[in-house]
Amino acid sequence: MIEGLLPELEVIRKDFPILERTLAGGYPLVYLDSANTSQKPQVVIDTMVDHLERHNANVARAMHQLGAEASEAFEAGRDKVAAFIKAPSRDEVIFTKNASEALNLVANTLAWRGDLQVGEGDEVVITEMEHHSNIVPWQLLTERTGATLRWFGLTDDGRLDLSNIDELITERTKVVSLTWVSNMLGTINPVREIADRAHQVGAIVVVDASQAAPQLPVDVVASGADVLVFTGHKVVGPTGIGVLWGRREVLEQLPPFLGGGEMIETVRMERSTYAGIPHKFEAGTPPIVEAVGLGAAVDYLDHVGMDAIHAHEQAITAYALEGLQTVPGLTVMGPLDAASRGGAISFEIAGVHPHDVAQVLDSRGIAVRAGHHCAKPAHARFGVQSSTRMSSYLYTTPAEIDALVEGLHHTRSYFKLDA
Amino acid sequence: MDLDSLYQEIILDHYKHPHHAGLRDPFEAEVHHVNPTCGDEVTLRVHVADGVVEDVSYDALGCSISQASTSVMTDLLIGKSVDEAMTIHQTFLELMQGKGQVEPDEDVLEDGIAFAGVAKFPARVKCALLSWMAWKDATAQSLDKEKA
Repeated sequence: MIEGLLPELEVIRKDFPILERTLAGGYPLVYLDSANTSQKPQVVIDTMVDHLERHNANVARAMHQLGAEASEAFEAGRDKVAAFIKAPSRDEVIFTKNASEALNLVANTLAWRGDLQVGEGDEVVITEMEHHSNIVPWQLLTERTGATLRWFGLTDDGRLDLSNIDELITERTKVVSLTWVSNMLGTINPVREIADRAHQVGAIVVVDASQAAPQLPVDVVASGADVLVFTGHKVVGPTGIGVLWGRREVLEQLPPFLGGGEMIETVRMERSTYAGIPHKFEAGTPPIVEAVGLGAAVDYLDHVGMDAIHAHEQAITAYALEGLQTVPGLTVMGPLDAASRGGAISFEIAGVHPHDVAQVLDSRGIAVRAGHHCAKPAHARFGVQSSTRMSSYLYTTPAEIDALVEGLHHTRSYFKLDA
Repeated sequence: MDLDSLYQEIILDHYKHPHHAGLRDPFEAEVHHVNPTCGDEVTLRVHVADGVVEDVSYDALGCSISQASTSVMTDLLIGKSVDEAMTIHQTFLELMQGKGQVEPDEDVLEDGIAFAGVAKFPARVKCALLSWMAWKDATAQSLDKEKA
């Protein structure tokens, strides 16, 4: 038994019906693509089905019993998410379509007239290890406003290079936006340290927690973030819903994003006034059943315990790093000690392209991701065009890692690398 | 899933020893195509003279399927008239988009028939077509230039 694994791993696996699947050739599914999207436990599926079967109505505007039930279930989802990330107030939790929309909401509204408006001469600081969704919105913002985009580089072992932090974060810096855990390198970044520096110069700190929220205990206040985003489908919840948490003062200073129903206080033909948070940022009918499902998902994770899940991920990651080292010609990108990284491990195998690696693994029922993982600049930093990525989660077993490692040895022999 | 139907020996041979690789002069058009989902890329040049594909040269990064497909394409197209080459292009496109239902014509496609199995793997069809689309684009540009 490897230390740190979830003690009831077999019970947990039974919660995820898809893990029973077999694939072409009779191979059992070995799902190692959870950083891409996580699988869903029965309780999330059942909660969503029950909502659609018994409580479906629009929220906040239907004056009937079903409407009240739907509104209550939807808002309960918000309460559960607020508890999951230890938000000081439920009103600070805004539902979006996904993490990308949440980041775009912030980057767009910062371009518009308001207390926090970014303009010429201002600077926005990101990092070279960001997912494209935390790069492109800031490129758009700085292009539109005449502000300057700057970024932290990376060290050879895949960490943020903080040696020039005082040159990067200056009195011109208005926003610092960074990922908590890299989706490609797995690196866990010192968010608090960077946030403290950013706050000294009065910048706001945006944290992409898409990979952190699934595997680390999150306390938004302790993290140092002013705004923190993540997506539902990576925390065993459904697709179609993301979360934007922001400190009340920040959210109140930002102008509305999308206009429409539900985000208003009153509308006249000349002008409108707006609802308070969170509704100010939730125009139109929201993702209702998705919010209900997300509530069930974070409840499930809280029930298992985020500390226990984190320990499990670290144990599996350490075991995987060890196993991967036995494959000749394999190079892991990112930190090599499991303690300072998350559960996504990207690697290269000399002589086989990642697509071909993934294809051979898939023929044995092993699902991994191949490509640039929406992190082209991070790949370019390490001089590679693409990589293969395995990513584990609370349901991953050491036996699945063994299957991966064996599959990689097989891949090398299939492509006759030793011939 | 029959992996061997995807990775035919011919494909692996072209992958390990690609034909006509590298960028060469002269050329009338150069294009750069990428597959945005996976990041595979190719820079491709065409040299067309008197309606004949005199040369196709390239610098490509990508998987075995995309690399082998590029290599096979240069074998098939160099030396052909532009019209013939366009016909071969169309035949290869139909094979790739045929979901594995199209019987490949060896007289036209030669080594290209090895890609018949790729058509059964929807995620890999784009890999096989990357350089073919680049060639068509570059050739169209070179012909436009000639007219201008």
